[in-house]
Amino acid sequence: MLGLNKNDRTLLVIVAVLALLAPFILNPFPTDSSLAQFNAGYPDLMQKFVIFGIFAIGFNILFGLTGYLSFGHAAFLGIGSYSAVWIYKLFTYNVIPAMMLSVVMAAIFALLIGYISLRRSGIYFSILTLAFAQMSFALAYSVLSNPKFNLTNGETGLQVYANDIQMFHRDGLPDFPHIFGLSMGSTSKLPLGAWEFQFNVGYYFCAILMILAFYFSIRLFRSPFGMMLRAVKSNQQRMNYTGLNSRPYTLAAFVISGMFAGLAGGLLAATDPLAGAERMQWTASGEVVLMTILGGAGTLIGPVLGAGFIKYFENIFSKINDQVLHQWVSFMPDGLEDFVVALIHPFIGKGWHLTLGILFMLVVIFLPGGLVEGGQRIGRLFGRKKRAEDTADAAAKTPAE
Amino acid sequence: MDAFIIQILNGLDKGSAYALIALGLTLIFGTLGVVNFAHGALFMIGAFCAVFLQQVLSISTVAIDETQKDFLGNPLKVETPYVENWFGPELGGAIIDWSVPLALIFAIPVMIAVGFIMERGLIKHFYKRPHADQILVTFGLAIVLQEVIKYFYGANPIPTPAPDVFKGSFDFGSLLGFDPNVIIYPYWRMVYFGFSMVIIAGIFAFLQFTTFGMVVRAGMVDRETVSMLGINIDKRFTMMFGIAAAVAGLAGVMYTPINPPNYHMGMDFLVLSFVVVVVGGMGSLPGAVLAGFLLGILESFASTTWATTTIPGINQIIIYLVAIIVLLTRPRGLMGRKGVMED
Amino acid sequence: MGILEVKGVGKRFGGLAALSEVNLSVEENTVHAIIGPNGAGKSTLLNCLVGKLIPDTGSVMFDGQSVLGRKPHEINQMGISRVFQTPEIFGDLTVLENIMIPCFAKRDGSFRMHAFEQFAHEKELIEKSMAILEDVNMADKADMHSASMSRGDKRRLEMAMCLVQEPRLLLLDEPTAGMARADTNNTIDLLKEINEKRDITMAIIEHDMHVVFSLAERITVLAQGTPLVEDTPDNIKGNPKVQEAYLGESQH
Repeated sequence: MLGLNKNDRTLLVIVAVLALLAPFILNPFPTDSSLAQFNAGYPDLMQKFVIFGIFAIGFNILFGLTGYLSFGHAAFLGIGSYSAVWIYKLFTYNVIPAMMLSVVMAAIFALLIGYISLRRSGIYFSILTLAFAQMSFALAYSVLSNPKFNLTNGETGLQVYANDIQMFHRDGLPDFPHIFGLSMGSTSKLPLGAWEFQFNVGYYFCAILMILAFYFSIRLFRSPFGMMLRAVKSNQQRMNYTGLNSRPYTLAAFVISGMFAGLAGGLLAATDPLAGAERMQWTASGEVVLMTILGGAGTLIGPVLGAGFIKYFENIFSKINDQVLHQWVSFMPDGLEDFVVALIHPFIGKGWHLTLGILFMLVVIFLPGGLVEGGQRIGRLFGRKKRAEDTADAAAKTPAE
Repeated sequence: MDAFIIQILNGLDKGSAYALIALGLTLIFGTLGVVNFAHGALFMIGAFCAVFLQQVLSISTVAIDETQKDFLGNPLKVETPYVENWFGPELGGAIIDWSVPLALIFAIPVMIAVGFIMERGLIKHFYKRPHADQILVTFGLAIVLQEVIKYFYGANPIPTPAPDVFKGSFDFGSLLGFDPNVIIYPYWRMVYFGFSMVIIAGIFAFLQFTTFGMVVRAGMVDRETVSMLGINIDKRFTMMFGIAAAVAGLAGVMYTPINPPNYHMGMDFLVLSFVVVVVGGMGSLPGAVLAGFLLGILESFASTTWATTTIPGINQIIIYLVAIIVLLTRPRGLMGRKGVMED
Repeated sequence: MGILEVKGVGKRFGGLAALSEVNLSVEENTVHAIIGPNGAGKSTLLNCLVGKLIPDTGSVMFDGQSVLGRKPHEINQMGISRVFQTPEIFGDLTVLENIMIPCFAKRDGSFRMHAFEQFAHEKELIEKSMAILEDVNMADKADMHSASMSRGDKRRLEMAMCLVQEPRLLLLDEPTAGMARADTNNTIDLLKEINEKRDITMAIIEHDMHVVFSLAERITVLAQGTPLVEDTPDNIKGNPKVQEAYLGESQH
């Protein structure tokens, strides 16, 4: 079925079920409980999970398979967002054409940037992509936002104004990105006892696209093309002397991953019709690298896990402040309590980036295979009992025929 | 003509900073074979050494002077820095005034220590790992370092003035026979340029004329052969890392009066410095210096009103454009050697 | 007219002439060995044949077509496969995948975007690959991670990767370098079998005289970048010029 073997099918089904039931799964704590702040089942955050999941899945096709480390993928994210908002401004709030343009524009830029950057490999490639991304950022931030020619609206960010053309906009349609009249922002709430679950159109739109993206990535990983990409990473010299031209393969991988990034950028603009240049900064490129590595580069499920992990903790850590901390450790004696709070303080709230940096280092140093590898190690520790899961993980790691 | 000279002069100070950072990057890359994404953070730490010293020197006692009133009529609080109490107002004041140059003395041991710790504690373990891992771990380190600085010093730039003597500008034009005040150049920028030339000359002399330098140069060409000679190359490379860190740090210290330091200045300079290294030719020290100054001056030309009205924002992207063109036409950079970083 | 015709090839590196006036003709279906002392230019010559280096002068014709200026993958597509001195395989892939890659290259050319096709549907290629693995006695290792194999196995795998492409000319760069005697003999047998069964022309660069004299039908002796003699093994053995230039100097 679907051209997948049993393990892959199971994996796809698990991801699909998790994504579709996320509003329940991510909302385990009753609304009024003190633990409710750990809930992640609200639209804004869930959208980020799946959107960055798509971004990381795409990045993994390039980095995980071919080993080419791009430091410039955030540029495609930004291009996707700008393209979507321009569709809103000129034509319609309907997200379908917006997403299509996002992907197409990202593909065009990826083709140009990839064509040049892929003439070099290794560090040169990383630095070239970094330079392109910084250039795109500068272009978006200032160059393309002058009175004569304002494509990006600079620092303010591109958004839809009341006097925009919006050629196909009708009165009955929502003044927000929508899919054939159904607003991306509309949420239906289901109160159930002490819980309240939220189902958001935007989230489900993104989630379905992520499931499709995930399916596509499984197929690609298992295809002869995916094998060629792994061959690029493994031994490019042998590849060339075997009659294969490695450049079009890497370029195709680069463009595909750029398109995924473009789609993710478009979706960011579909859930919040705004496009800003900061999305293109190289730290944003670094973030997707981290997601992929943290989850496990070259594995199927890794990038999705990594994206979810980082976006969740970003959210939680940013929310925790000293007050919350004091509550948690209030059982301790006063002096110790203050000390512990002072100790944790730098890592929470605005200190999230510090935590992120440390996490980055720890993962690269101790767990280069990411969470998937970590899971496998734990699985091995616990021995036979967990054997079934272990093989599932292994299947995710080493593509089989 | 005068405008031309002004732009060259303006490009020199930024070019100096690029050259110094790129020099350190190349030294580390050439000797250790490691791509150090945390090198910009070293530049930034140097700058904050100056900030730190200035703040320490300005720690003051507060005395309430009943004889003076502030505008509300309350007794005036008079802050007197300890330094002035100890050394008298004149010498003490001068010390505070000269805090940036003084920070050089303070920064050298600090930066060398930071470099040693970084190399021994982290980078050492990454020599045999793939370049991607090196990039990623140093990238993580760069984030950590900049966030730590942000935690202590906040997100806003901190003004760190140069000594009073160097305030104002030098009328460069009158030397060359132009009218007065046509070509003026701030004194401190001249100092910065001179300082960077001294450092660059010092490094080249060090590599050229000392045994240590010769071993390092040999190691940059062929590490295996050198270690076969029984020379403990690793130890020397650790020291080289310390030196590179110190160069970046000192460049940062002296840069503070030109641009008030903030926590992300390192990242800003790093990306451009990488481009400089690539344009200069990976592994080539003269290439790094040459490209640093060239790109600095180029950026300055692109910042003229004429350039920015013709192509808006050209100053923001010129370096990247040039880098892309250079890499496409001369893949090894201006002075790159064959076989460096080619898989 | 040989299948491979090298005429007047010269290559300089800076002031050093690595090759000068090299003429070589490899007849179809023969095993042709190129021998010579270290630094004689054997590897340079090989690199000129496969597109890694471009000679300064002369011509290299394969089956009537020039290979000069073509990229390595284009030359491979013309029908020239290469075995490296140290086995070059795809270490991250399984043994079967290692064989499948040249199969795809042979069938689909140097690039094809088969991103949505399935492995399982490539029954024909899998069968072909398994057959080759049988031939080199590696069928039981098909699912093994290839990096974890012994050097001898890697060498056999690399040969199998070349054979599965059914090349018209197989270039071997010291195929037995660093091998134990038994492995060397196995390799000789394997190469003999390949030559007889599959009609593949071979050009071998080799140091080991035992290998050369057991396999080669023609031998070219290179010295200081230029061919000294080209003859049959028996005549080479007795040639005093060769003894002086090569056999006398180093006993490998």
